[in-house]
Order: sequence, then structure tokens, then C-alpha cells
Amino acid sequence: MAEGKRKREPAVAGAQVEEEKKSRDGKDKKRRMLPSLIKNKLKRMEVHAKVKREKRVEKKKKAKARVDAHKRALELGEEPPPVRIPRTIENTREPDETVCKPDDEELFVGNDADEFSQILKQEHAPKILITTCRFNSSRGPAFIQELLSVIPNAHYHKRGTYELKKIIEYANKKEFTSIIVVHTNQVENQVNALLIINLPDGPTAHFKLSKLVLRKDIKNHGNPNPATSPKLVLNNFTTRLGHRVGRLIQSLFPQDPYFRGRRVVTFHNQRDFIFFRHHRYVFESKETKVDTKDTAAKNDKGKNLTQTKMIARLQECGPRFTLKLISLQHGTFDSKGGEFEWVHKPEMDTSRRRFFL
Amino acid sequence: MQHDEVIWQVIRHNHCSFMAKITTGNFCKNPYNATGICNRSSCPLANSRYATIRDHEGVFYLYMKTIERAHMPNKLWERVKLPRNYEKALETIDKHLEYWPKLLVHKIKQRLTKMTQYRIRMRKLELKVREKIMTVPRKVKKRESRREEKAEKAAILDKSIEKELLERLKKGVYGDIYNYPVQAYNNVLEMEGLQPSGEEEKEEEPEIEYVEGYDELEEEWDMEDFGRFVADDDYDMDEDEDDEMDTSDQPVKKSRKGGDDSDLASKKAKRKGKVLIEVENDDDMGDRQKTHILA
Repeated sequence: MAEGKRKREPAVAGAQVEEEKKSRDGKDKKRRMLPSLIKNKLKRMEVHAKVKREKRVEKKKKAKARVDAHKRALELGEEPPPVRIPRTIENTREPDETVCKPDDEELFVGNDADEFSQILKQEHAPKILITTCRFNSSRGPAFIQELLSVIPNAHYHKRGTYELKKIIEYANKKEFTSIIVVHTNQVENQVNALLIINLPDGPTAHFKLSKLVLRKDIKNHGNPNPATSPKLVLNNFTTRLGHRVGRLIQSLFPQDPYFRGRRVVTFHNQRDFIFFRHHRYVFESKETKVDTKDTAAKNDKGKNLTQTKMIARLQECGPRFTLKLISLQHGTFDSKGGEFEWVHKPEMDTSRRRFFL
Repeated sequence: MQHDEVIWQVIRHNHCSFMAKITTGNFCKNPYNATGICNRSSCPLANSRYATIRDHEGVFYLYMKTIERAHMPNKLWERVKLPRNYEKALETIDKHLEYWPKLLVHKIKQRLTKMTQYRIRMRKLELKVREKIMTVPRKVKKRESRREEKAEKAAILDKSIEKELLERLKKGVYGDIYNYPVQAYNNVLEMEGLQPSGEEEKEEEPEIEYVEGYDELEEEWDMEDFGRFVADDDYDMDEDEDDEMDTSDQPVKKSRKGGDDSDLASKKAKRKGKVLIEVENDDDMGDRQKTHILA
């Protein structure tokens, strides 16, 4: 009934009102007849579907018009209309003042005086101790075996019932450079957290681990050669905190500029989630056929022109998981009396455009 | 007057708010109960002379109630602090409850034993490191998993890894480690319009030398061969030629073996392919690139 009345209004009001309404946007008129206000479900569904269809057709037309305008501009040799950049979450990220700039002096000085600087400058070779949480099965999750194959110079020790602080002392004595504690959920026997402690008295990072896929569950997986050291790719660690975490991860792997292996380990940070991937790669040249508009050249050759590109081919091997930083503590592990550099609080999740790494 | 029996009958058969019925038996929630069981002899309400031990912040107190104070509920319970030493505490109990019924005294001593044992255990546990179980509310868990999925889609991992590796290769971080053919790679770079770094310095010297050699090979050389990576001298010559072709046509013309200059020039220019191809490719590449962005 309401809709009927609205439809009747312009007709009743007369020519003037009609003209006004026409001069307004078509949208205005449509807005007054929202399909959601129709009480009859069948009719409402019809109207809604029609509106959607029309919208889609309009959108396609606009896209086509854009493409045509672009082509025309190119043909005429004019400036093509500017390409519109889609809005993404990364584009609209809340500006963070701690983002590292490439010419930041302070950052480099800080790096030199860092806990990781010794390892990263190749003064020490990294030596990793991997263990689990207490009250775990003696063999530990299968994940640990895969970790051992990814990280060179890593050793696994059973946990027993030692306190973590005692383990840190032991590791310091035996000259380990980092400890990785793999934490499993008691109930479901799933790995859910990772604790990376840099020694001696280095920062402790607590990560939440999710979406773990073991090597045997990956299709067409490759088998890495654990003797070679992998290349490390750290993407998107922009802020100061991210930079610190990036260096922490870097200190787990040996820094060898004369790499001979073909393994790459990637830690890619996207929206505060760090994705871990492990690949074997190979550089290849690929010929792609280029279709030229110059038929004369084609005839001359008698065959298509090929263009060669250099590509890298990846084969996934090794586990795949995502990490999310829960807390970063300044000294070694000490949950009661420690000094936390960064702790994740639930109130930090309120904004969808704010990221900390 | 205090009739314990009457009180007990009333409590037991009607209702006692301290009584808790569990499958294994009846228990008493009264804090002054010495054993914790709902019994005729253990009920603090139905016994006018009663005693217990209670714990306040790690210190044990002996509480006693006598019939003389039954009319003053406020001052009913008398308390005595027990020494920390177990034996001394036992002696204190003996002293205070000397003429009391043996059963009650026995029950109280048993209670003291148990309480000291659990006090020791609590103190030991405090010193140890206990793992605390943190719960994550379901909403937060779901939110995190949703965000993680979207982040994974936004991070086009394979492409970004490949891009990073190729960038490093181009920067020359890897030097000569990889057995990819250097000359062919440089060719590829040229085709894409980039100039490999050391190229321009080599221009002048081989100009005259290599042109003739290149001429000889002309007939055999095809566009197809370009794709194959043979680290031959031919390709060395070819690539040096490329630079020259751009700048000047003269060396080519000089070395022409026969036939019409103009015809051959045009043919050669086309056949050389590289010059033309470069221009065309750039356009095409540009076109393709641009259309790719649009689409």
C-alpha cells in the first residue's frame, strides 16, 4: 500500500513535480521504492533480483566503457585516462608512526647494538634447541621433525619436567643461540603456540600458531636437502616492532652470502599474520608467444615471434603454517617478572585497519 | 535449656541448611564441623560441647564451645592459636581438651594432621612454576580465523616469493652461482628494454671485428634459435651487435656482400629482427601490460 501511494504521488502532483523528479538522479526515485519495503515476499524477491541484475549490467557497461576509452586513447596516441586503484585494506591502513623508513639512522644504530647483531654479523653460527611443553608425549609432534629439516643446525631435546628457566640456563651453558618451544594443546594434541627465545638474555617472542599443514599432507611436495642453508625472505615487516621480529627470525638462520642451495624459506607478514612457506626453486627461461600487430614481420619470419622471460619456479616442500605475535618480552622467558615490549590486548582488535607488525 | 537430642531430631528429620546430600553420603557444610560429615556426634549444632580446628591465613586456631556460653551466641566460640610446630600443637590440644570425650579429641587430632599436610603441600606448590590455562573466547577465535583467511588471500604468496627471488637475481646478489646462461639472460633483459650493466662499455671495440662473422651466420640464424640458450660466441656477437644496430646502420651496410643495398638493407633490417622486434615488443609489451592492468 505504501508503495502504491508513493507511485501515485508523482502522477498526482502534476507535470512540474514530474520534471523535478526527472531532473533528480534516477537513484533518488529508486531509493524511495526500496525493494526491502515491499511486504509481499514473492514480489520483493522479484524486484530485488531485477535491481541486482540491472546493477550488474550497468557495472559491466562501465567497465567496458573504461577499457574502450583506454584503447582509444592509446591508439590516438593520447594520454590514457588514469587507472583507478582499487581500495584495499593495505591501502587504507591506519598510518603508523613507527614505520621504518629506509634512511633512518636511528634504526641502523639500534640494529648494531641489538641482541641479534652478533649472530647476524656472522660472529656466531646459530645453534637452535627445539623442545616441547611439559607433560608431552616423548616423541613430540611430527611438526618437530619437519622443523628440524627446515632449520639448519637445530637439535631436539625432550622436555621432561624441567622448568623453562632451568632449560635456558642449560642452553646458555651449551652455547645455543636460540630456543624454540613448541606448545601443544593438551586436549586435542594440536600444536598451537611457538615460543622463540633468543639467547643469551635476548627477547622472547610468543607466537600463536595456526593452519599447520605437514609435508606429507601437501600435494607434490618436494624433499629438501637439510644440509644446505636456505635463503630467507622476510616480506612486509614495516614497523619498528616488525623489524625487530624480523631480525629475531633472521637470527635463527645462518647468514651465508655465498649460498649454493636452492631452498627458500619465506616469512611473509600480511595484516599481522606471518605466513611461513618453504620452497625449492629454480630459475628458468620461458618462451611466451607474443602476438604482433605487424603482419609484415610475421610473414617474413613465417612463424610467431617469441619473447623470453625469466621466471622462478617453486616447488613447495616442508610445513606450512601461520604465526601471530602475542607478546614480545625484553629478556628471556619470565612470565611473572618480565618486561614486555609489546603485548597483544583484545582492545587492539577493534580497528580493522590497524596493524602492528 | 539445651536438649541436644531434640535439636538433632529436628535438624535431621526436618531440614538442616548445612546438610549436603551427595551420592556417597551426607555431608555438613558448617565451617565449625570437625569431620565434615553430617553425624550425630559431628554436628556442631547438636552438640553443646564441641571443638574444631580452623585455618586462617596459614595459622591454625583451636575453637571450643561449652554449654555455659550457649545463651550468648556472640561469645560462643573460644579460640586458641596453635603453635606452628606439629608436636607442640598436639600438646596444646591435649592441654585444652584434657577432660573432653576421647572420640572428639581423636577426631580433632586427625583434623590437625590433615591440615598440616595440606599446608605443606600448598606452600611447595606456590614455589613451583605452574602452567596457567588461558581461554580464548569463541568469538575472538572465529574473528581471528576469518581475518587470517582473508590475509592469506590478500598475500599472494607464490607470486610475491617469485618476485622477490627474481629481484634478488637481477640485483646480482647471487653472482655466478646459478647456472643460468648469462648471455641469454642479458639478451632477455635487452628485449625487455633494460640495459645490462656492463654492456655499454663494450661498444667500441668489437664493432668492426664481429660484424662480418655475424654476416656469415646470418642465414642460419632464425628467430627460433633465439630461444635456445647456447653459450656460444655467436651469441656474444649477436648481443654486441644489438647495441650497434640501434645506433648506426653503417657497419651493416659496409659489410653487405652483394645485391641491392636498399633491398637488402630493408630486408636485413627486418630480418635482423632484433631492432624491429625491440620496438614492436616494447609496444606490445606495453600494450599487453596496460591491458592487463585494466582487465
